[in-house]
Amino acid sequence: MTMAEKMKNSMVFFNPFAKDNPVVVQILGICSVLAVTTKLEPAVVMGLSVIVVLAFSNVIISLLRNTIPTNIRIIVQLVVVAGLVVVVNEMLKAFAYDVSKQLSVFIGLIITNCILMGRLEAFAMSNRPWPAFLDGIGNGIGYSIILIIVGFFRELLGNGTLWGARIVPESWYEAGYVNNGMMILPPMALILVACIIWVQRSYNKELQEP
Amino acid sequence: MKINKQSNLYTVIYVTLLVAIVGTGLAFTTMGLRGRQQANENAEKMRQILSSVRITSPKNELALTFEKVVTGQLVVNVSGDSIGNDAFDISIKEENRKKIEDRELPVYVATIDGSRKYIIPVYGSGLWGPIWGYVSFNSDGSTIYGAYFDHEGETPGLGAEIEKPQFSNQFREKTMIKNGKFLPVNVLKKGLKPQAGEDYVDAVTGGTITSKGVAAMLDNGLSQYKEYLIKLSQSNKE
Repeated sequence: MTMAEKMKNSMVFFNPFAKDNPVVVQILGICSVLAVTTKLEPAVVMGLSVIVVLAFSNVIISLLRNTIPTNIRIIVQLVVVAGLVVVVNEMLKAFAYDVSKQLSVFIGLIITNCILMGRLEAFAMSNRPWPAFLDGIGNGIGYSIILIIVGFFRELLGNGTLWGARIVPESWYEAGYVNNGMMILPPMALILVACIIWVQRSYNKELQEP
Repeated sequence: MKINKQSNLYTVIYVTLLVAIVGTGLAFTTMGLRGRQQANENAEKMRQILSSVRITSPKNELALTFEKVVTGQLVVNVSGDSIGNDAFDISIKEENRKKIEDRELPVYVATIDGSRKYIIPVYGSGLWGPIWGYVSFNSDGSTIYGAYFDHEGETPGLGAEIEKPQFSNQFREKTMIKNGKFLPVNVLKKGLKPQAGEDYVDAVTGGTITSKGVAAMLDNGLSQYKEYLIKLSQSNKE
């Protein structure tokens, strides 16, 4: 592997964390950010599931890329993604039943997550398996970072807990502190994502649109 | 030989092979994991049944506790006659789809500190999806000993509050048979009083439709056990 390739691979892996983040820069996959981030734990599991599905579907599509007939490529991508998602869903049901109950339909909805189709179509279809794998992991992590930040604030402010453990002490409640019920409702997820975008763009001038 | 990848024949063969491979893979995954999933589902059902008689148990002892506490199972029909005793595998959701006289209604009998409790499953719909629960009765067939409610996707913080003990504990000691009349417990907005004089509990604040769903679920679900509960109350009186 040449130096230039190594550089390119590390960019493929690290760019989606912040500079080219799928959620806050490309504004993809917003729907699941609303749905699964009321608590931290489902947010983390959802993030992991997306990383797994994205990495493997990227590799599979990249391996198949020269054989796929162009006119049905989206269908082939969907079949691969759907197959992987069902496997992940069945695994969760067998090994992490409680979490799978909380995530319910949202694991299934990974199939329609635009980040997946976006990465498959934009990257895996035209790159070799190893960069495609890095791209999948990188974008999955970029997505998870946002999920975790949003989940952290929503659970802390909306429930006073983190990962189910009480953080806000009882004495605060006795002194009149009240959980912010708004945090648990979907609009607050959007507002939090907007705040992240705001902070990020004020640090990264090149991301600001003219 | 160069294959034309854009030809219809190639496309059809490609798709057929792809679907066959993915399908086979999924079939094996599902079959391989089925046992574990079923065990998880059964454990979850046991946990819910146990919480309706105020018992919580660590996950690894669930099956043992269940066996110890739930000493009997029976299946009754709508006129209150026993027609079997394999209640655990009956899904009340499926039964609710049948005609009322064909339904096989499960009852779990628990023995707690020497006294018998009768557990009845209920199933209905909330705002976004199904809700369900278990209600346990003292041997008089009228006084509620405990209740457990759960839901698939009610709004967190609002309708989802029905799964919290703060809500289900309100049902304790409410009675359903008043002067020989059968009146399921109602769920009403704070400050309202029921018209028929039945016992009631406070609805979840902000979860009006879910609360109404619980009331309807109790009404429909418990009414089909009416004859059984009345028989129970009479046999234990004598």
